[in-house]
Amino acid sequence: MGEAVQVRIEELEEMARKCRIDIVKMTHAAGAGHPGGSLSAIDCMVALYGSTLRFDTDNPDWEDRDRFVMSKGHASPAMYALLHQMGVLEEADLMSFRTLGSVCQGHVDMNWTEGVDFSAGSLGMGLSFGLGCALSAKMDSSERSIWVMLGDGETQEGQIWEAVMAANYHNANNLRVIVDRNRIQNDDFMEVQMEIGDIAAKFESFGWNVKEVDGHSMSELVGVLQWAEADDSGPTAIIANTTKGKGVSFMEDNPEFHGKAPNNEELEIALGELS
Amino acid sequence: MSAPSMGGASRDGYGKALLRLSDDPRVVVLEADLGKSTKSCHFRQNFPERTISMGIAEQNMMLVAAGMASSGKVPFASTFAIFTERAFEQVRNGIARPGLRVHICGSHGGIHTGTDGSSAQSIEDLSIYRSIPKMTVIHPCDDLSAEELTVQLLDIEGPSYTRTARNKVPRMYDDESKLGLKIGVGSILEDGGDVAIFACGVMVEKARNAASVLAEEGINCTVVDMHTIKPLDTALLSELAESCGCFVSAEDHSIIGGLGGALSEWLSTNKPIPLEMVGVNDRFGESGGTSELMEEVGLTSVAICQAARNSINRKNAS
Repeated sequence: MGEAVQVRIEELEEMARKCRIDIVKMTHAAGAGHPGGSLSAIDCMVALYGSTLRFDTDNPDWEDRDRFVMSKGHASPAMYALLHQMGVLEEADLMSFRTLGSVCQGHVDMNWTEGVDFSAGSLGMGLSFGLGCALSAKMDSSERSIWVMLGDGETQEGQIWEAVMAANYHNANNLRVIVDRNRIQNDDFMEVQMEIGDIAAKFESFGWNVKEVDGHSMSELVGVLQWAEADDSGPTAIIANTTKGKGVSFMEDNPEFHGKAPNNEELEIALGELS
Repeated sequence: MSAPSMGGASRDGYGKALLRLSDDPRVVVLEADLGKSTKSCHFRQNFPERTISMGIAEQNMMLVAAGMASSGKVPFASTFAIFTERAFEQVRNGIARPGLRVHICGSHGGIHTGTDGSSAQSIEDLSIYRSIPKMTVIHPCDDLSAEELTVQLLDIEGPSYTRTARNKVPRMYDDESKLGLKIGVGSILEDGGDVAIFACGVMVEKARNAASVLAEEGINCTVVDMHTIKPLDTALLSELAESCGCFVSAEDHSIIGGLGGALSEWLSTNKPIPLEMVGVNDRFGESGGTSELMEEVGLTSVAICQAARNSINRKNAS
């Protein structure tokens, strides 16, 4: 890896650190939200926006922009933190998270937040939406890529596999999925609730091109995103092995912080660890 | 108006409308292995590159349509009415909530569907889609009106649900009168001052037959083809509440939440006059021939006549 790329990786890691601070601060301010799955997904999202996704913050409605479909919409703090670090949202927007009239709705919503391409909330729907965007792009002979972020628990939804089947059948080679494989869902660890097993093999069996990566290694992520972007032989899936609550010791691998905000004391500890 | 003639089923009108809509390059059609039944097959035959087969996977179809709508397309997605209901939450959260212009068509709606039995006879679709904010809900009565109203969907904002029926019924319109139809505006087929009968779908013909019988008894009925269940034509309700003083609703749908439900909601909060409801009385259907089933469930001209007399009696007693 060359020196210039190395510097870029460090910049992305620094951006992810700032996003993590935003995530714990905004969930603390709201007294609600989903920090665990936001902290597990954020490195993938920073890598994607920082290295691969084509968009223009000055022209958010640019027709040929790549689309990012945040299907695990409860991890909205990750999306808002990223948009804040890119200068689209203000600090005050983050602090209004989940309050009446806020542009930062509880779950990501394309009608409320500039730069959001999908209205999420109910799990299992985003991949189908992304497929619709992908098929439209192909009809329009547009080069735009469609990226979809799924949770691993979310793959328990049957609709995901309807979309996986259809994407290959319709040769959606502009559709790319990242699965945030943090192994924890709302109530408990997946192995306690409903372990799905080898997600990569399941995508592969439907004809997808799949790679697994360390979802917290910025250099690995940048590499695999470029692979996915370049591979036009079919739809591609990246299984990102992550840790729920990554970066905050007491949230890491802890099902309790799937949907619970840090209290005052916990916020101070978290900020100390992230500084 | 000319005498009713045997035409096609409303699903045939939907199929023809898609062909007319093909002039707009944004229009795409999504199917769930029932194109031959919903009649989207004609569009597929002529425009295969704009027709997407989603397989037997309705939930995926609804969100693929939403994604396409967000990318500038105007998708028409169709399957049986009952199978659209399988994807209710997808329609609610994935299409209607963001206000995406996806036009859903549920064919084979109602008891009229017949021998397939109760699993195929949607009697709650109008009710559930009517309860979703931003949705337009229409239920045309014959092929010509279905074609005309479907074509008009291209010009509305937001999503829609259209229910069509499987079987052929006598036409209530001709090539000239269909041009007067407009989404959101009830269509007056008969004019009379004693009672106003609001009907939709296959019950419109039965309402007109009832009006003929009642005319012989000296009862003059207004008959409205209430093809648009939402938005409700409240201006017409207001006018007819004033001039007729009592209403009847007639629908091949549950009496809970459909056309009758919509009328009663409006009447009870605006103008509390008598309303009698002819519909499926909170029960499931069963297999049977269409006519015998409609008789069994109480969806007949006779039932509408009796409802009209009851409504008039209640008006006169008050």
